[in-house]
Amino acid sequence: MTPLLEVENISKSYGARVGCTGVSFDLYPGEVMGIVGESGSGKSTLLNCLAGHLCPDLGAVRFDTRADGLHDTLTMSEPERRMLGRTDWAFVHQNPRDGLRMNVSAGGNVGERLMAVNARHYGDIRAAAVDWLGRVEIAQDRIDDRPAAFSGGMQQRLQIARNLVTGPRLVFMDEPTGGLDVSVQARLLDLLRGLVRDMNLSAIIVTHDLAVVRLLADRLMVMKDGHVIETGLTDQVLDDPQHAYTQLLVSSVLQV
Amino acid sequence: MIHVENVSKFFTLHNQGAAEIPVMAGASLCVARGECVALTGASGAGKSTLMRMIYGNYLTASGRIMVGEVDVARAAPREIIALRRRTLGYVSQFLRVVPRVSTRDVVAEPLLATGATRAEALAQAETLLARLNIPERLWPLSPTTFSGGEQQRVNIARGFAYPYPALLLDEPTASLDPDNRATVLAMIGEAKDRGAAIIGIFHDRMARDEVCDRTLDVGQFTPGRAA
Amino acid sequence: MSDYNFAYLDEQTKRMIRRAILKGLAIPGYQVPFASREMPMPYGWGTGGVQVSAAILTPEDTLKVIDQGADDTTNAVSIRRFFQKTAGVAVTEATAQASVIQTRHRIPEADLRADQILVYQVPIPEPLRFLEPSEVETRKMHALEDYGLMHVKLYEDISQHGDIATAYAYPVKVEGRYVMDPSPIPKFDNPKLEMAGIQLFGAGREQRIYAIPPYTRVVSLDFDDYPFQPTKADHACDLCGAQNSYLDELIVDDDGGRVFMCSDTDYCSTRRKQGHVGAQGVPYAEGAT
Repeated sequence: MTPLLEVENISKSYGARVGCTGVSFDLYPGEVMGIVGESGSGKSTLLNCLAGHLCPDLGAVRFDTRADGLHDTLTMSEPERRMLGRTDWAFVHQNPRDGLRMNVSAGGNVGERLMAVNARHYGDIRAAAVDWLGRVEIAQDRIDDRPAAFSGGMQQRLQIARNLVTGPRLVFMDEPTGGLDVSVQARLLDLLRGLVRDMNLSAIIVTHDLAVVRLLADRLMVMKDGHVIETGLTDQVLDDPQHAYTQLLVSSVLQV
Repeated sequence: MIHVENVSKFFTLHNQGAAEIPVMAGASLCVARGECVALTGASGAGKSTLMRMIYGNYLTASGRIMVGEVDVARAAPREIIALRRRTLGYVSQFLRVVPRVSTRDVVAEPLLATGATRAEALAQAETLLARLNIPERLWPLSPTTFSGGEQQRVNIARGFAYPYPALLLDEPTASLDPDNRATVLAMIGEAKDRGAAIIGIFHDRMARDEVCDRTLDVGQFTPGRAA
Repeated sequence: MSDYNFAYLDEQTKRMIRRAILKGLAIPGYQVPFASREMPMPYGWGTGGVQVSAAILTPEDTLKVIDQGADDTTNAVSIRRFFQKTAGVAVTEATAQASVIQTRHRIPEADLRADQILVYQVPIPEPLRFLEPSEVETRKMHALEDYGLMHVKLYEDISQHGDIATAYAYPVKVEGRYVMDPSPIPKFDNPKLEMAGIQLFGAGREQRIYAIPPYTRVVSLDFDDYPFQPTKADHACDLCGAQNSYLDELIVDDDGGRVFMCSDTDYCSTRRKQGHVGAQGVPYAEGAT
């Protein structure tokens, strides 16, 4: 089976400071990879390099495009990459304000990706928006409201709907539950689990919260100082950590 | 179906001065289809550890663990994930509760993951819950507030929802009253009849004798002890 | 005359503007940046249109200036006088007789010919500006033909007003490539953007020039189930009886009585000269207004 994403030797430095270095892994369809580490571990740098937001100094990120097989996204032209970003890829930001248009209605936010790939029937676009708002548990009667009027949890769910409406195959998430109340986090995680399973999504999730990876990720990479120090099945890395740092991380988590 | 060959395991506790703790060496075990083997031994001898190694939850230091065609000790993560989805089931000692997911959904999940429709999965979940005497009014609730025995029964229902060819059961009858214990033992018997290879840990001697064909004392694999 | 160079601007500036115009004609609908000069009128009063006109006028041209369709508003009069003083060109109110027409917010009702040029005054040239404030981002969107956001605006209109409520400055796609703001003309005028004449658009404050060459395809954006409709008030002109011209509504007394009349004053008076009379019209008399 071909991997959906082949990451080879990604490295990014900020002058003398290492962002991330020598990261390689393969991701298969339907797999969720968690990347954990503390602040400064390089996990956000890595995610941004993978998603095309940052240009790495070294390495390749090969994605299995539907038409032509594996292509290095780092050498793609800008229009190709934008098209990828609108269709097969999605990016859920930590702060939903970064991933939404705050001055456009919820329906418009969800419909935008459809309109960007030439959907031209208002009725159909609206129906798709209604369907997706339902799937992320936002009441239908909020479809014409602006996200500025939504709570943080609702904004995040709207961001997810906006990203998933074109059926992407790979979703990048940067601390998707960061900044949300605990009960809201729980609801969001359930939603993500269900969507990942129902849509057979692959995802790469960056978080500092081990509970999130326990719940959502099949596989786990632990990063420290820009390096991947341990990788494997999530439950194996958390239950049988090998590296000193991983053991420290796991033992530091408070059990409620 | 399950072949454990010459497996060893040790833990290195880096945050305690890199203390190395050997747990097991030279462990071997074979379980055929339709067989149920009980792991015995003193508390701390490594029964749960061995079970977790077979499941891929713990790494294996050396040796092979064949479940069907897959060597769990060496397999890539996605192979183990695929194995756990359709081949190897595991009922742990304690239910790990995901907040907000209803009991019905907890039990249905392994079926949904193998492509059953939502209706089919829920129907099967309800059948199992009813069989294990979980009252219907509890089905839409999350197991977070259930008693230990109820949680364990939900855990078992989930473990038996999908007909795995290989099953690992860690204390499946602990915290159960006699009626429910009998039900679980019957379910284990049915799994054997359909050809599942089962490894179980039972502190309850009577339960063990009822369903298991033989026992294996893991104490013999503890390093530094005579076989 | 005066000490001004012909049409006020120095020759080098005119060359610069003409180069921008040629580029705009070569890439229909594309906004060409240009170095807008200080003009003897404030920004927002037509400096872009005036610079374009100044760059293209020749001594043989006949100039018409309209503001909301009328030749006799303060601004139209000022600009016309400006060019009379600095260029000495002939001026006219008759659309058919003009070789260069500068306009604010309207296209003349009469069809323009291949030998005529229409110069538009444009406030905000960027059609995506209200949804995407970043200039860097809008330039990318044009470059990559990434126009999903434009339809989001129309979607928002329909969801809020039941219909595409944009009544003027209605966005169009030019020659199947660039999305363009046709300046704040009423959407009724959009179909006229496909014409035999040359159309030049100047935005002085924003420093952009764009153009539509003759016979270019200009399509107003819409949805399949909400097609574009060039609407106007459901009346005829009360002065000349015209059914198909864009109308101004005038409140004439304290009781709210109203009169509808052609916004294009030259069109209206031409019809009246031909003998057409509207519901409240007086037959045309020589010397009367």
